[in-house]
Amino acid sequence: MKVEQISIFLENKAGRLAEVTKVLASAGINIRALSLADTSDFGILRLIVNDTELAKKVLKENGFTVGKTQVVAVEVEDRPGGLNKILDILRAANINVEYMYAFVQQSGNNAVIIFRFDNTDEAIKTLLENGVKVIEGERLYAM
Amino acid sequence: MIYNMEFETLPREALEAIQLRRLKQTVERVYATVPFYRKQFDKVGVKPDDIKSLDDLRRLPFTTKQDLRDNYPFGLFAVPMENVVRIHASSGTTGKPTVVGYTARDIQTWAELMARALSAAGATRGDIIHNAYGYGLFTGGLGVHYGAEKLGASVIPISGGNTKRQIMIMKDFGATVLTCTPSYALHLSEVAMEMGVDPKTLKLKVGVFGAEPWSEKMREEIEQKLYLTAIDIYGLSEIIGPGVSVECIEAKKGLHIFEDHFIPEIIDPETGENLKPGEVGELVITTITKEAFPVIRYRTRDITFLNPEPCICGRTHTRMGRVMGRSDDMLIIRGVNVFPSQIESVLMEIDEVEPHYQLIVDREGSLDILTVLVEVGEHAFSDEVRKLQELERKIEKNIKEYLGISAKVKLVEPKTIARSEGKAQRVIDKRKI
Repeated sequence: MKVEQISIFLENKAGRLAEVTKVLASAGINIRALSLADTSDFGILRLIVNDTELAKKVLKENGFTVGKTQVVAVEVEDRPGGLNKILDILRAANINVEYMYAFVQQSGNNAVIIFRFDNTDEAIKTLLENGVKVIEGERLYAM
Repeated sequence: MIYNMEFETLPREALEAIQLRRLKQTVERVYATVPFYRKQFDKVGVKPDDIKSLDDLRRLPFTTKQDLRDNYPFGLFAVPMENVVRIHASSGTTGKPTVVGYTARDIQTWAELMARALSAAGATRGDIIHNAYGYGLFTGGLGVHYGAEKLGASVIPISGGNTKRQIMIMKDFGATVLTCTPSYALHLSEVAMEMGVDPKTLKLKVGVFGAEPWSEKMREEIEQKLYLTAIDIYGLSEIIGPGVSVECIEAKKGLHIFEDHFIPEIIDPETGENLKPGEVGELVITTITKEAFPVIRYRTRDITFLNPEPCICGRTHTRMGRVMGRSDDMLIIRGVNVFPSQIESVLMEIDEVEPHYQLIVDREGSLDILTVLVEVGEHAFSDEVRKLQELERKIEKNIKEYLGISAKVKLVEPKTIARSEGKAQRVIDKRKI
């Protein structure tokens, strides 16, 4: 039920992001979703790709600091209140969202939101108990 | 004003005669009482009796900061502890500090030298001296304090910190002389302006600034901002503290070394060869009146030159140029000695970080800014911004705790710190001094 996400440490320097995408492109890796968190000094690029292990390998070979984290992908009804419903469930269960970002899907009626939780297993259990659709990693990488 | 007319204006010949007599006494004494010196002298085969002229000093080996550390804490003291009335230490916070001792007479000597220094700067017994050098193990605060009292001036022992209060006190007490580090002087002027106190309305006429490298440009800035005459003072705890040398207000060109107490030499830091007057090299000092902690040919690591030309003030003591830098990698940041190795020790104690780091020193406005770049390895990396920022704060806090200075920590990507010949360049000093 978990989705693997890689994260990359980036100094705030011109061209650094382009170097990441270049490395991934030459390895034939497709980016499924991404988010960039930044501060004045550094940024953290989070990616969901079609081949996590390969991406991690090629990035490391190119001198990047790469981490792997497990996140949760949730299908959300694409209508007003869709996201709110999910967040209400999490609030009721007292589960804290570390960060989240949206996954852009071209077809289908639902949106996908990627969540990072403190306690991933507990979060998945709560979401499932409340009838929320959690997307398997394999399905997501191939979307 | 010359505080000690007799000794400060001695004709060269008489001065050298005194120096030789005192040098002989010192060499004899350290040979008899300090095993370290006996061993050092024996190694080069020089006995105290071999010192027959001032030139013979060159036959003696150098003493280094490492020798002081190796004999930590009291190994180089030349008197029994019952005769030591004061102990000071330099800021060797993570490594061993260098510890120095004073007999009651040493304290008197030091007070005399500081009284001379304050007089040379134009201070008199009628002055109110705002002493913002730190009091404590650091020699700055107490050194100035005793000298000011000896001079008969009124001292405000304000020490460092709490700048707004300092401005209020300076204003209300009508301080006429300011003693602190040059960067703190500028900081004081800025804070005063922020508080709506125009430094012009203060009664300051002279500032005696030292304990960190500064420039002519900074002197101009301080003088313009604080409406005073800025005088450069030099000293180091290993020799005695502040008051080893000072500029005279008449010339403001070079610092007179009190040669009846210290013998200066300039050497090539690479070869150890003695250099001629005017040639730039490392300052080496031998103390010739100290009782508790005499040092023979101490390598100060400070880069300067000597100028024996007569001075318009009437003092016959030779002058040294403004200190231009350090011959080793020691940094002086806001008056605090910092070795890259100390930062390294701090980093080594934090599990998450790699020992790859770089120090960047810059001067923003009047203050030294230390930035520590630390490479982030996979071990330390987190996908959460908050955790990385917490790591930065943690390193900053530890640096502050261990070294007593504030630094800005910046996480950088692995291998971004240039490694030249396999070794990283640890320090980039961008300060224009």
